[in-house]
Amino acid sequence: MDNYLNGILVIVLVLNLLSLGTSRINTIIKAVSAQGALLGIIPFVVHQHLTLPAVLVAVMAIALKGIVIPLIMVHALREAQIKREIEPMIGLLPSIILGAVATAFSLLFASQLPLASQHVGKLLVPTSIATVFTGFIILITRYKALTQVVGYLVLENGIYIFGMLLIESMPLIVELGALLDLFVGIFVICIITNHINQAFSSMDTRRLVTLKE
Amino acid sequence: MASTTIHVLLLLLMPPLLLGVINKTKAFFGGRVGPPLLQLYYDILKLMRKGIVLSDTTTWIFIAGPIITLAAVVAAGLLVPFGQIQAPITFTGDLILFAYLFGLARFLTTTAALDTGSSFEGMGAAREVTFACFSEPAVFFAFLVLAKVSGSLTLSDMLRASVDASVMGSAPLILIAIGLFVVLLAENCRIPVDDPNTHLELTMIHEVMVLDHSGPLLGVILYTASLKLFVLGAVLLHVLTPSYLSTDWLDWPLFVAGMLGLAVAVGIVESVMARLQMRHVPYLLVFALISCGFGFLLLIR
Repeated sequence: MDNYLNGILVIVLVLNLLSLGTSRINTIIKAVSAQGALLGIIPFVVHQHLTLPAVLVAVMAIALKGIVIPLIMVHALREAQIKREIEPMIGLLPSIILGAVATAFSLLFASQLPLASQHVGKLLVPTSIATVFTGFIILITRYKALTQVVGYLVLENGIYIFGMLLIESMPLIVELGALLDLFVGIFVICIITNHINQAFSSMDTRRLVTLKE
Repeated sequence: MASTTIHVLLLLLMPPLLLGVINKTKAFFGGRVGPPLLQLYYDILKLMRKGIVLSDTTTWIFIAGPIITLAAVVAAGLLVPFGQIQAPITFTGDLILFAYLFGLARFLTTTAALDTGSSFEGMGAAREVTFACFSEPAVFFAFLVLAKVSGSLTLSDMLRASVDASVMGSAPLILIAIGLFVVLLAENCRIPVDDPNTHLELTMIHEVMVLDHSGPLLGVILYTASLKLFVLGAVLLHVLTPSYLSTDWLDWPLFVAGMLGLAVAVGIVESVMARLQMRHVPYLLVFALISCGFGFLLLIR
């Protein structure tokens, strides 16, 4: 079981790097939705005896992160008629390297942490830290509003992975609440993006600070 | 002895078939009939019967290039086990020889390209060497991971070691399989990196280096390219499926089926992707390098 779990988590790490390295927003959205769907599988792999809350969280995660949110974002992308992040704050190659350094750091850092003995061999903790870092890097370095939403999504994926450690003791309502927040947040941002795009010519977040009523 | 014979026969005869499978797959995705499955065999036979045109500026290196490249790649192919059977030549540390036989092949290809004195071919040689800087360390990281997993420095044992069910067993192998697949595409000039069918001059890498070769020399080059795909594909196949069924008579057919499956996979990748811009190729290769490096980091941490 741990082999499958680690396999999934390693692919999540690879998708992190992919979302850092591509300039096409469409590709980033696909990568992140694949990541979300993969994360949804984790509860089935981690636990021998499945509880109803775990199954519910998994199904919700797959449906929301893997299908609904990407659809909304692709729709917003099509409405806004943008295709790629023209000039991120730091280039694509440096941001891949930054992400790689963050991942290496979290791999080494996690092995120093005092973990419960059943978590030591698993990659859950390093992957979650690395994914959170990746989310941060995307949030900070990209200017397009939609890419920043993706960064937010990656960040939430990282937190979700961390939640997998506690899934037996954490109340279901917390995880579902987080998913709902995420869903509503992205829904709103995509609608706002749409409206901004209709009213103004640019969706560059550097110019959005000058917006007035 | 019988297995050695089968190994050598497979190594020498099967490679052009892989390119036929790739082309058929691409034709299927494009809704075309495509060239016959054995087209590359016909091409090579046709080229072998032709004469050679040599430029006045070339020296013996121009002729030696393709021939020594072929010899190096065949030698590398003898080091890799096909299926569960031991490779014909094995000794401790042969992974270094394997990597540098490919280095030698690349050196002679680029030197022969420079030997023509054409600035255009020099450009291709420069590109080839630049991208090799990324793919070679990736291969070494992959070999380090395999050596660590199997506890052996012999290529045959490294590649055939069945992964124990330990926790760290599969994750690094997935990472290096991804990395090696990218390296396979890059080394063989397949689509995301280089298009083997293109003659769009400014973006060519491998094709530009062999423009001046003609007749039998070009045939040797085409054959070597398919052989390279075959050998690297065999390595990747072993990483993907470390343990086969252990019955001998099923082993060869399984290996052949695996290689054909790999060719179909390459064909699918080529059909669904466009080739990258030249300045984006290093990103892909750095990605492969990082992927293999992470595999190693996971094992040693």
